[in-house]
Amino acid sequence: MSSDPSARLPERDRPWMMRTYAGHSTAKASNELYRGNLAKGQTGLSVAFDLPTQTGYDPDDELARGEVGKVGVPVVHRGDMAALMDGIPLDEMNTSMTINATAAWLLALYIVAAEDQGVEQRSLQGTTQNDIIKEFLARGTYAFPPAPSMRLIADMIAYTVEHVPKWNPINICSYHLQEAGATPVQEIAYAMSNAIAVLDAARERLGGRADELMADVFGRISFFVNAGVRFVEEHAKLRAMSILWEELGRERYGVSDERRLRFRYGVQVNSLGLTEAQPENNVQRIVLEALAVTLGRDARARAIQLPAWNEALGLPRPWDQQWSLRIQQVLAYETDILEYPDIFEGSKVMDGLVAELLEGAREEMAIVSEHGGAVEAVPYMKAALVDSHRARIQRIESGEQVVVGQNRFTETEVSPLTDDAEGGILVVDPAVEAEQIESVRRWRAERDQQAVDAALAELARVANSEQHHENLMVPTIAAARAGATTGEWAHTLREVFGSYRAPTGVGEASAAPADNELSQLREEVADLAEKLGRRPKILVGKPGLDGHSNGAEQIAVRARDAGMDVVYEGIRLTPAQIAASALQEGVHVIGLSILSGSHRELIPAVIAALHDAEVDVPVVVGGIIPEQDVAQLKQAGVAAVYTPKDFDISRIMHDIVGIVGAETNGHGPSSNGSA
Amino acid sequence: MSDSPSTGSGERPPSANEDQQRKDSVGATLGKRLRERDLSAAPATLNLLESSAPADREQTAELLRELSPAALGGEAPGHIVGVTGPPGAGKSTLLSALLHSWRASGKSVAMLAVDPSSKRSGGSLLGDRARIDFDPADRAVLIRSTAAGERLGGLAPATRVAAQALAAAFDVVVIETVGVGQAETEVADVADTVVVVVQPGSGDVLQFLKSGIMETPDVLVVTKADLGQIALATRRDLSAALRSLGTKATRVLAVSSLPPPQGIDELVSALEEQRTIADIAARRLRARRSGALLDFAAEHGERGLRAVGGRHTAEQLLEQQDPGLDVQALVRVLETAVAKA
Repeated sequence: MSSDPSARLPERDRPWMMRTYAGHSTAKASNELYRGNLAKGQTGLSVAFDLPTQTGYDPDDELARGEVGKVGVPVVHRGDMAALMDGIPLDEMNTSMTINATAAWLLALYIVAAEDQGVEQRSLQGTTQNDIIKEFLARGTYAFPPAPSMRLIADMIAYTVEHVPKWNPINICSYHLQEAGATPVQEIAYAMSNAIAVLDAARERLGGRADELMADVFGRISFFVNAGVRFVEEHAKLRAMSILWEELGRERYGVSDERRLRFRYGVQVNSLGLTEAQPENNVQRIVLEALAVTLGRDARARAIQLPAWNEALGLPRPWDQQWSLRIQQVLAYETDILEYPDIFEGSKVMDGLVAELLEGAREEMAIVSEHGGAVEAVPYMKAALVDSHRARIQRIESGEQVVVGQNRFTETEVSPLTDDAEGGILVVDPAVEAEQIESVRRWRAERDQQAVDAALAELARVANSEQHHENLMVPTIAAARAGATTGEWAHTLREVFGSYRAPTGVGEASAAPADNELSQLREEVADLAEKLGRRPKILVGKPGLDGHSNGAEQIAVRARDAGMDVVYEGIRLTPAQIAASALQEGVHVIGLSILSGSHRELIPAVIAALHDAEVDVPVVVGGIIPEQDVAQLKQAGVAAVYTPKDFDISRIMHDIVGIVGAETNGHGPSSNGSA
Repeated sequence: MSDSPSTGSGERPPSANEDQQRKDSVGATLGKRLRERDLSAAPATLNLLESSAPADREQTAELLRELSPAALGGEAPGHIVGVTGPPGAGKSTLLSALLHSWRASGKSVAMLAVDPSSKRSGGSLLGDRARIDFDPADRAVLIRSTAAGERLGGLAPATRVAAQALAAAFDVVVIETVGVGQAETEVADVADTVVVVVQPGSGDVLQFLKSGIMETPDVLVVTKADLGQIALATRRDLSAALRSLGTKATRVLAVSSLPPPQGIDELVSALEEQRTIADIAARRLRARRSGALLDFAAEHGERGLRAVGGRHTAEQLLEQQDPGLDVQALVRVLETAVAKA
């Protein structure tokens, strides 16, 4: 194109793949949703699984309580996968599955569902997210410790490169890093470091065949990125990533084929910046963010899914998701962006931005490498993300970073969008969980139990095998075929691999600079400490399976900075664990965070467990809690509820100090009591 | 937080007197419950011991009196084990494995996890309990995160007293701290048995041992034995260093807490052995005396020590006291000496 002065492409580009991240309640209900979306012009599927499926528990497991069918579809066995894909020709469909710790299992179920349709695994197209490092860093749906998790990933790559060659076995995710507060430099550097860890593991797994297959493996690694509202810089970020990726392919892995060196990515634009206040403004944000990943042809997304305007309120309804799909369609079919070569080529500003990001990212990658690579550097990266996120929140609190409708221009008319009985969101029928429990029990009773036992024993044998020569995908597919369940597969591997808790990053987070706000808070806490006789102690934790711990982490860090003793319990806690901790630790207040919509079930369960343990301290709740649920929670005994519109954490702290203080006055001079 | 509650803050709500009467027996009751090995008394006991409110201090005195060797008819039966080591050495994983082993043999276990990040000026983040895997319905396990004392690796006074109090009810009381050198010395002051945890390839402990910064612990544990050669080499180096120091009593063990665990049973029996070898009564007595001196100094400072006639005189005075006295009683002996002077 160099000497051709034409500013237009000879032929308009084909649009990217359009998807909607969807799934809820049951396989059957989600299948209907998918068919509806495809009829509306969606060109690929993006499956959202519920948290028990993502973390490897069956619906009747204690940890699954309240989570079944909430943030996605429960897929427990081959029957569920068949129902989910019913009437959707799997040889033609391109399916992206947001599945990580249990990715090998869900791919196995997908392969078996294809067999049922008479489709060979060779012709399957799609992606399993399968990025465990970002689960340790930001998303929390891990199941096994780092080493065996990396082994599962390497086994999947080794299996698919030969047997499911059109499948992307892993999507390296920078998306969740930005959601956890990453700066563009951190997003680039940590994602690239993560990719290196995965590719190195794959190269080792392939052993003698690495030379022959490594280029294919490299060519099948795709990325899943984020795009925030600062869309010019975000576009530069993607150009920087494509430069680093090509460099990595050539220099570290000896790839020379241009096609395989191309940086391929899918995108879901930013949810972190979407507000609960004046939620209609989120539509503008989403459109602008979509521009970041579509404007420049040289760094354009291969696949896009856009969040819905009401994500900060709760689960989006089909209509909300349709609106987001229509944004993509207007961009692709009405505007002229697909008619030009790269419109930033030769731009000094864009090149300058890219160079700046590259320099920062290379420095940060060197630090990760000094730690021994991405797996070893998880604690370092986690602490760095917690720090960045705190800085971001402080910028918003101080007004330095403007968020329209939230910290500036807050006057508003009543929104007709949220003016219905449900508050403009989807509410999953609470009966779903009981149905699913019933359904999995029926499944277990009706299958060939001997075949399942044998398949799981074989899985355990391979997992235990010396040197790990055997590929775990083989017994995994056999277990899927035999009718094993998600929980059984994961349980078998947990028995061999052990379980794991990722670092929380909060212990290492540096102390906040003391501004007036914080100094005042410290005074309040010190006064309260004198009244209590000891430092106020708060328990912060997340009940249920939701791993989105960013909010809880920020509360924990700020409470410490304010002078409290903070017991931070992290994610995936049962009500019994929370009650035991509260009792044993002698805390004065408990802060719980839930973003998955399971608060209606889990919060009353925690309060009942506290009651059983005779712990009488106030409970405050934060998360994505729809307005209409607040009264119900307070009735259950919750002292205060905080939602995304309560973005000022200092104010929340001030509130909590007040709640503990009031409790103390009510119960006499010392809170010690005699339990 | 006020550190001089002896003068009282005088800012108590009007209901204080009624509350006072109602609460009068709280300390004694808790003490008696612990003496009868009622484990459910432990959380409230710890709340009380950590409190600096004057009324609570009085209750603490009553509680400790119920648990003094005189009241118990001997030393508290529990085994106080100090576990210390640098960050990342694998203490939490090791403690999970130990906990399972102790519980499997029916022993009740209390763990006091001392957080190193806390400073008196600010709050603290206590995250360790999440890393220790146990059944929340198991009433015979208690894990309490506590803030550290003023020095790195130091113990807060409440932790010392808590370990002694809980040893009346629990079979095993673990004090977990972070660090090497100072931390080990502080723990050695209170624990019956001191375990230092080292990860393979780290030279700190070796250096500290050779230079005398660190007293020799009862048991040295090299973790991550699954790493093979490097763990074996570390174990060998430590054994050699101990021999050159002329120390024979210290056991050096290699363990792996990853499935399948290795060396945990050996560690459990080594701890049990150390306990039978050691003169527990002498250690406990020393712990109470040094604890009393620390408490007194914290309360009354250098001026108080001078009034008694100096640190050495104070120590001598404590050594003359009945070995059956509890820490608070010993503190009162020193306070009486001040009053006389």
